[in-house]
Amino acid sequence: MARHKGRGMASINYPIGMNLGGDPSQALIHSNPDGKFTVALSAIDLGQGMKQVTRQVAAETLGVPVEDVYVDTADSDTGPHDMGSFASRGTHRMGNAVIAAAREARGVLLEAAAEELEVNAADLVTDGRGNIHVRGAPSRSITVRATAQAAQFKQGKTIAGRGIFLIPLSAVDAETGEMNPNTAFAHACLVADVEVDDETGEVALLGITSSYELGRALNPKMVEQQLVGGAWMGQSHALYETPEPYYPNPEHGPRDFNEYLMPGPGDIAPYSVTILERPAPDGPFGGKGPGEMCANPVLPAVANAVFNAVGVRVDELPITPEKVLRGLRANGGAKPQARRGN
Amino acid sequence: MAKSPVQFRLNGSDRATFVDPGDNLLVTLRRGLNEFGPKYGCGQGACGVCTVLIDGEPHLSCLTLAVACEGRHVETVSGMADGPNLHPLQNAFMDNFAAQCGFCTPGMLMAARALLERNPNPTREEVIEGIAGNICRCTGYEPIITAILAAAGNRGQRQA
Ligand code: FES
Ligand code: FES
Repeated sequence: MARHKGRGMASINYPIGMNLGGDPSQALIHSNPDGKFTVALSAIDLGQGMKQVTRQVAAETLGVPVEDVYVDTADSDTGPHDMGSFASRGTHRMGNAVIAAAREARGVLLEAAAEELEVNAADLVTDGRGNIHVRGAPSRSITVRATAQAAQFKQGKTIAGRGIFLIPLSAVDAETGEMNPNTAFAHACLVADVEVDDETGEVALLGITSSYELGRALNPKMVEQQLVGGAWMGQSHALYETPEPYYPNPEHGPRDFNEYLMPGPGDIAPYSVTILERPAPDGPFGGKGPGEMCANPVLPAVANAVFNAVGVRVDELPITPEKVLRGLRANGGAKPQARRGN
Repeated sequence: MAKSPVQFRLNGSDRATFVDPGDNLLVTLRRGLNEFGPKYGCGQGACGVCTVLIDGEPHLSCLTLAVACEGRHVETVSGMADGPNLHPLQNAFMDNFAAQCGFCTPGMLMAARALLERNPNPTREEVIEGIAGNICRCTGYEPIITAILAAAGNRGQRQA
């Protein structure tokens, strides 16, 4: 009876968005009379940080402080159309839609400012701190707030912008079966270290090491937070969670948190992640975003690590002690595989 | 069945309402007193999002009878901040990105507060034990553990 250490690896190329009749996201931006901007989206922030990232994208494109932008995702009836927050598409699709909307709104903002300053809009720049001034002559300036008020109360202009980002449907070629549903790919490689107890069949995850290439990390801290949280979910799917333990037989499915297993704060594995930034040419400020791939590579890496530790290939998730023990019995005991590295 | 009156302190103010004998504290707070800090997760004591302090001790409000709170002091996440000043734990949660969707946060904060009140300098293992009854779907727990440890450290500094 022994505990066997094992190491497994997985690499992943992950496509962003989907190809079901086209993949559009829309954004609308308008300024309020106080010079602050509201971005309306219909995609929802589930906690992954989409509001923060689209806020940064809007502020950067408009040329105003990030504090002066509010992102409203309240209502898909009154907001512009969006396919939704799924398929790892948030940063890329909504970010690009927000850039388009913010560019249009910025154009109107500068025209309104040009009218007040009696200059050509093409000569105006923003300082990112709430001011608009003539290029090379910072003293000839007007605040964004004063511009918004002039537009509203004197000029009768709406400082607003519409944006859409659409990846059109890629139809299947009838002759060749070819299609290209993908735009941006994100990449990662992940290594899992486990220890398998050949008496109980239990798998302990000892640590995870990964590197992710996600374009530019538009908010590095939030990217890291999403990767860390996602890895926990991957661990949970690999070793604990399932709504249908005897699929397709629905019997014995868990009905509540007492039966639905998840690792708790004491079961988490140390996680070291490195983020490689390679700005994507078609991403908003080079971003692609993490999304689902936070969790996905953990599963095959853990399965490979279990195989490496005891020679048992579990091909149905989750990898429960029962499945490991059945595998050990079928193999006539633990068969540790060759290890590379330290 | 006749409703019975119940009176207790809620985050420092005296509150009274009528409850059925079987009403739990969570429902009484949310429906009877419009106190939406504690969340309804499982309703059976398994997730921790409904955690409140009763006379300083952490309790799962979904498993606590409202009538049993008569005359006691109930504290929820809504009472943690001191006016505009956040509690050190709340600041630490923000600084360490300890919330994503935020659904577990009211329960985590109350569990952490109870822990730091009885053990101002917990070890990592003690922090883990302190939040072991609270489920978080999003963060992987690590940022929450880090935040609680940071708040414990900051407290010392603030007192000095
Ligand atoms: S709602 Fe009380 S523990 Fe889940
Ligand atoms: S932050 Fe979403 S459940 Fe904890």
